[in-house]
Amino acid sequence: MAKSALLKSSLGKKYWMALTGLFLCLFLVGHLLGNLQLLSGSKDAALHFNQYALFMTSNPAVKILSYLTYFSILFHAVDGIVLTVQNRKARPKGYVKNNPSANTIWASRNMAVLGTLILVFIVTHMVNFWAKMHFDEKMPLQTVTINAGGTDMEFYLTTNGDYLPKSRVDQNVIEIKNRTEFYDAAAGVKINEGYKDLYKITVAFFKNPDYGLIASILYALAMVVLGFHLYHGFGSAFQSMGVNSPKHSPFIRNFGKAFSIVVPLLFAIIPLYIHFILKV
Amino acid sequence: MNLKLKIWRQKDAKDAGRMVDYNISDVSPDMSFLEMLDVLNEDLNNKGEDPVAFDHDCREGICGMCSLHINGEPHGPDRGITTCQLHMRKFKDGDTIYIEPFRAKAFPVIKDLVVNRSAFDRIQQAGGFISVNTSGNTQDANAIPIQKHNADLAFDAATCIGCGACVASCKNASAMLFVSAKVSQFALLPQGRIEATERVLNMVKKMDEEGFGNCTNTGACEVECPKGISLENIARMNREYLFASLK
Repeated sequence: MAKSALLKSSLGKKYWMALTGLFLCLFLVGHLLGNLQLLSGSKDAALHFNQYALFMTSNPAVKILSYLTYFSILFHAVDGIVLTVQNRKARPKGYVKNNPSANTIWASRNMAVLGTLILVFIVTHMVNFWAKMHFDEKMPLQTVTINAGGTDMEFYLTTNGDYLPKSRVDQNVIEIKNRTEFYDAAAGVKINEGYKDLYKITVAFFKNPDYGLIASILYALAMVVLGFHLYHGFGSAFQSMGVNSPKHSPFIRNFGKAFSIVVPLLFAIIPLYIHFILKV
Repeated sequence: MNLKLKIWRQKDAKDAGRMVDYNISDVSPDMSFLEMLDVLNEDLNNKGEDPVAFDHDCREGICGMCSLHINGEPHGPDRGITTCQLHMRKFKDGDTIYIEPFRAKAFPVIKDLVVNRSAFDRIQQAGGFISVNTSGNTQDANAIPIQKHNADLAFDAATCIGCGACVASCKNASAMLFVSAKVSQFALLPQGRIEATERVLNMVKKMDEEGFGNCTNTGACEVECPKGISLENIARMNREYLFASLK
């Protein structure tokens, strides 16, 4: 009985909800730290961001973490749906007059709605960037334009720091295979590797003349939704795991509130900064 | 004062039920809420109508029998009291008051405002006790030293009167505040530790079987509880259950 209790019982579902939720909070911190590089004004911002993107898509440890993240998102969503359906069934007939604001905060009563909106955002966000990074055959490689002797020349930036003239690829002296690898066309030997230009894709997305403004605003609004979800969820996860005492709870509650404001705020600044402030 | 009452009337468990309006006049602010309903029922009796059925017993806030969802909150708008301790001075002349039964799948309506809360009894029977033989060898309770802090917490948990306001206020109709109070009052004492593992597993299992919802930590129960049972009890139950499941 004990083993199945951890999956099927009401309390078991709460534990999984809490554990996956807290893991996703850690993911948020990692993702935020990476994305904050987009705010760096340095002239190497693009290269640094693309190097980071390459690391995040190739490092084996990151790969394990990313699969854990996908699993957590799915489990958190499915578990949430199961719990919501059960909870609806527990009160088939509601009150004619109910006054829930007298005893609860709004966010705590609307976690399922907030969560659904966040899931819609995650899918959209993954289509916008993750899918391009992973599957788009036309994903551009990072180039840099250098003025050499009065003429502008375009070079590919490569992982070992070399500059590869774009003209040689255009002349078919060098071939691009597997989306990022440079091959000597005659010898068929891999000579170098480029960076997928996720920075360019990101900036172009939020600066798009047609939908850049609306996308930036929607991204920022999604972070408001995330903030409300975290406002209740962070502290709630500790309560579900049995951590609640006069000694620890005030700290957890306050930390959770700060977390739910600071993390989404910093995320929201990024698209707004790119759209309104960043000069390219 | 004069009031307009909107009361849930339901002939029996099978009846669909509906809200019915009543006007009541000359209500004294010093009356308790139940006394106000008594006056209404006298009136209905005199007119030959069926009086409103509602639960009550001790009328001093310790039996847990009275219920009622008043203006959207169990036991009405006041804090830390049961319906029988609610006074009409909390309302104003001309107010409209909604009076409904506690709503939960596990608390079916029997008639009007009376609901069947025996699901709580069955949860208690699943483990809310300690097995002590009373054959004459019983140890004197005071012979077992207990930390003051734990004794206080156990006593606080034991003040739960099982009225069901936690279930009624919870948006998920969850019974976790009640069950956690019953688990905690024993888990904190050495006498209760012996059966602690089975107790929490069995009581939670029964709670789930009875069709109560899951806790989402909104905290409504703690606010509405007439005895001020704390959410810390739910956290304690969560700990107890986690460790019991892993054993």
